[in-house]
Amino acid sequence: MNWESWSAFWNMGGAAFYVWGSYGVTFLAIVAELLLVFRRRRDTLTRLQRLRRAQGGRLAASPDSTD
Amino acid sequence: MTMQPSRGFHFFHFAAPQTFYPLAGRLAPVFAVLAAVLAAIGLWLSFFVAPTDATQGEVYRVIFIHVPAAWMSMFVYLVMAFWSAMGIIFNTRLSALMARALAPTGAMFCFVALWTGALWGRPTWGAYWVWDARLTSQLLLLFLYFGYIALTEAIEDPRRGDRAGAILALVGAVNVPVIYFSVKWWNTLHQGASVSLTKAPSMATTMLGGMLIMALAAWAYTIAVALWRVRSLILERERHTDWVGAELDRQGARP
Repeated sequence: MNWESWSAFWNMGGAAFYVWGSYGVTFLAIVAELLLVFRRRRDTLTRLQRLRRAQGGRLAASPDSTD
Repeated sequence: MTMQPSRGFHFFHFAAPQTFYPLAGRLAPVFAVLAAVLAAIGLWLSFFVAPTDATQGEVYRVIFIHVPAAWMSMFVYLVMAFWSAMGIIFNTRLSALMARALAPTGAMFCFVALWTGALWGRPTWGAYWVWDARLTSQLLLLFLYFGYIALTEAIEDPRRGDRAGAILALVGAVNVPVIYFSVKWWNTLHQGASVSLTKAPSMATTMLGGMLIMALAAWAYTIAVALWRVRSLILERERHTDWVGAELDRQGARP
């Protein structure tokens, strides 16, 4: 075991700022990305559903779809 | 000569957005759970099993996210370049969407690699940032990600955006080997590779194990998030089809 106590663990041998600064920001970046991905899913669904109702049940192709 | 339709597994079967969409929906949660389990094991190894470093003390523990994030940021860009090439060669609709779905996650890992590198550099080198070859080429990678995202979002016609993005992804891929070999080609402050295929790793087994498991967690996370993201892109792009209409009705009927 590396740590004699929880306070030793949080102190990281004096490198707490660098170690927890790294892990903390990484954690926040991952949480932020997950929130953005799920919000995008919800936004896409509601926007396309609204468009579909407005266009009478059939959506026009996005500009590229000539195929 | 006529092409014989092959029986059994069809690679291109899953290249159809309509078949890939539900498959991605089923696979993403599997990879998300895998990522969480691997991260839990990896973090436990990183903090409670891997010993204190003889020269650096505890601050070296940044390595368990720094190296996997840096690997991932380079690898994701190469995968984007691969899908871009597939899109250009086979004109498959899904390829460009895969590249688009991966870009934000690659950019996120690239940022994490730079951020953790800065926080690790300060106590060990005495500086958050130096303009050496490794750091500069990694910063360029972040700008390539931003450029790819901005370019593909800015072009109104999605298929033209796909092609422009594909060219940027393929040209920018040249930077990846530059990042990787920069520590050999130039005299940099950044240390050489800790792990290589040709020689024994220069670190303790538990340290190496923790780092590799964290790298696997990053892989699983990337796959999960890219699959979730590509589902939105597919709906967007295939909005005119009957199957998307049916999917929208199905999702709309939910409480």
